[in-house]
Amino acid sequence: MSNKKKIAGFIGKKILRLISLLLVVSFVSFMLVQYSPIDPVRAYLGEMAVSAEHKEKLEEYWGVNTPPQEKFLNWAGSLLKGDFGVSLIYRMPVIDVIKERFKASLALMASSWLISGILGFILGVVAGMNKGTLLDRVIKTYCYVLAATPTFWLALVLLMIFSVYLGWFPIGLSVPIGVMAENVTFFDRLEHLILPALTLSVLGVAQIAMFTREKLIEVMSSDYVLFAKARGEKGLDLVLRHGIRNVALPAITLQFLSFSELFGGTVLVEQVFSYQGIGLATVSAGLKSDVPLLLGIVLISTVFVFVGNMIADIIYQFIDPRIKQQESTT
Amino acid sequence: MGNKTEINAKGKEKAEALLNVEDLSLSFIQYTSGLRQTELKVISNLSIQANRGEILAVVGSSGSGKSLLTHAILGILPSNAKLDGKIEYDGQVLTQKDKEDLRGKEIALVPQSVTYLDPLMKVSNQVIGAVEKGKEDLMKKLQREIFQQYNLKPEVERMYPHELSGGMARRVLVSTAVMSPAKLIIVDEPTPGLDEKTLNETLSYLKDMANKGSAVMLITHDIEAALKISDKIAVFYAGTVLEVANVEDFKNDGENLRHPYTQALWNALPQNKFQAIEGHQPMQDEVVDGCVFYERCYKKNELCSKGIPQIKKINGGVVRCNNVS
Ligand SMILES: Nc1ncnc2c1ncn2[C@@H]1O[C@H](COP(=O)(O)OP(=O)(O)OP(=O)(O)O)[C@@H](O)[C@H]1O
Ligand code: SF4
Ligand SMILES: [Mg+2]
Repeated sequence: MSNKKKIAGFIGKKILRLISLLLVVSFVSFMLVQYSPIDPVRAYLGEMAVSAEHKEKLEEYWGVNTPPQEKFLNWAGSLLKGDFGVSLIYRMPVIDVIKERFKASLALMASSWLISGILGFILGVVAGMNKGTLLDRVIKTYCYVLAATPTFWLALVLLMIFSVYLGWFPIGLSVPIGVMAENVTFFDRLEHLILPALTLSVLGVAQIAMFTREKLIEVMSSDYVLFAKARGEKGLDLVLRHGIRNVALPAITLQFLSFSELFGGTVLVEQVFSYQGIGLATVSAGLKSDVPLLLGIVLISTVFVFVGNMIADIIYQFIDPRIKQQESTT
Repeated sequence: MGNKTEINAKGKEKAEALLNVEDLSLSFIQYTSGLRQTELKVISNLSIQANRGEILAVVGSSGSGKSLLTHAILGILPSNAKLDGKIEYDGQVLTQKDKEDLRGKEIALVPQSVTYLDPLMKVSNQVIGAVEKGKEDLMKKLQREIFQQYNLKPEVERMYPHELSGGMARRVLVSTAVMSPAKLIIVDEPTPGLDEKTLNETLSYLKDMANKGSAVMLITHDIEAALKISDKIAVFYAGTVLEVANVEDFKNDGENLRHPYTQALWNALPQNKFQAIEGHQPMQDEVVDGCVFYERCYKKNELCSKGIPQIKKINGGVVRCNNVS
């Protein structure tokens, strides 16, 4: 029960840290954008032709001629009120764009995170248990090859094989074209999800599998596994009783620490599959100088990665009995 | 196996050794620079016996190969180990497969330190071990009884290994062996870091096991502790046993002791002459042709540096030295 209190205190401290991190991130990215050759009015208008008068009004609206410090304060001020501004390219509130896109991406990221975690863990355990055998070498080679494969390249290959050549899956977009939003079924979404999720999972497997393999080999040659053997434990039971127990926690922790790679992978994969998620929005916002949206995404992704790290910390500090003990005695 | 044990028991007198190790040698294959393969010899021509109802102490300094001897008996050596010689249990020569079958049932190990417990598993689950289905309740009861007997409070059950104090850890480790029906119990270095009271307590547990008919092999470098409870003392030096003496032989100036090294060990004790001998045991990669104790021996002669001395039986003990009568 005091443990609950400790977790609460821990999270409180983390939130303070997150706030200061967000302050720095928002300031730095705002300034970066400020000093890059981006013209919000051009971005907003695109190829549209307007009168000079209208243009002047827009310039005033976007604050082209106000000094940067003042602009930052204005932006940060409305941010505090929950107002992220209006996206230039989607012409709706940034927060709505992010909500909608993030939801789509979340399905993609969550499924590939789970699949790569579970699959990678199993492969790592199998390889570690059979260290030095052909099976181990096959798994190891697979992981090395994957680790050296660029995400977008694998995405393209899968797209070509499954969508273009075999025609099993749609070529792009997270929902079918020309169907009203409310008519999009769960299966439609699933169909569009499978290939991008597969690409991300296949790539995510390598890191976790290699880590699990190393860790399992280390654990299986430890004194305590030796002793368990001396007491008559053996085979799969031994691995399940002592191996998995000691490998699971560090592996799960690692998986939570990989949120930043996950986000980066999503940006690339969404690009190739034209999956309408946050990654695609990020690229469009960047290419089309949609400053409010870009800044909004930067902040949201910071929170996303931060949450992953925080969960890893919590697992490390509050679930591992060894660390838990140390904390309470010091 | 059950049948055979019965027949054996009938045809044998009580003193028949439960464990008989003969001419055991152990080396590690190592790859040094390039692909050159070298053999590192850690145990050579070792012979000992452990009898039912007795405590055999194996005394030797650090790094002399004591733990590896226990690992050899249990068949838990690393894969680059090469084992020669014979290990007999209850009259039957043990293969690796036999060892795997006997572990935890007939032979139990009390390991050297708490690092031999799974850091993420509660103590009681480890003491109980992997249990067949249906027997869980029975084993749980047994574990509770043993904990009570060993003065381990109920809350210890739920602790993790790192939460145990030195004395508690020792009792938990000993109780893992008491849980098993094993008749040969190998106890590796149970005494370091224990205060006087816990030390005596631990020794008394071992004595209990022997009194109940088990053969106990006590591995230690603490000769005083060994003398308190053991029946026989095997003196281990540089990977082999130089002498097996009876406890009674350790008295006065050690004139009943057969080997110069045993005498030196005895005379080094504070309550005796408190004289340490010079030098150290040979390193594993040193090739010694003759007696392993040659460098430090005051009795040596020319013969000693040529060929390993033969084993001799003297006064109800065993010694490996040329110059004893
Ligand atoms: N896998 C291995 N490969 C090579 N050498 C090893 C290996 N394992 C142990 N040794 C060596 O064998 C020697 C004997 O080790 P062992 O652990 O049996 O000593 P010990 O008598 O139990 O010592 P201690 O009293 O410190 O426990 C040590 O010097 C060690 O370096
Ligand atoms: S054999 Fe020789 S060197 Fe070895 S202990 Fe006996 S007398 Fe000393
Ligand atoms: Mg040892």
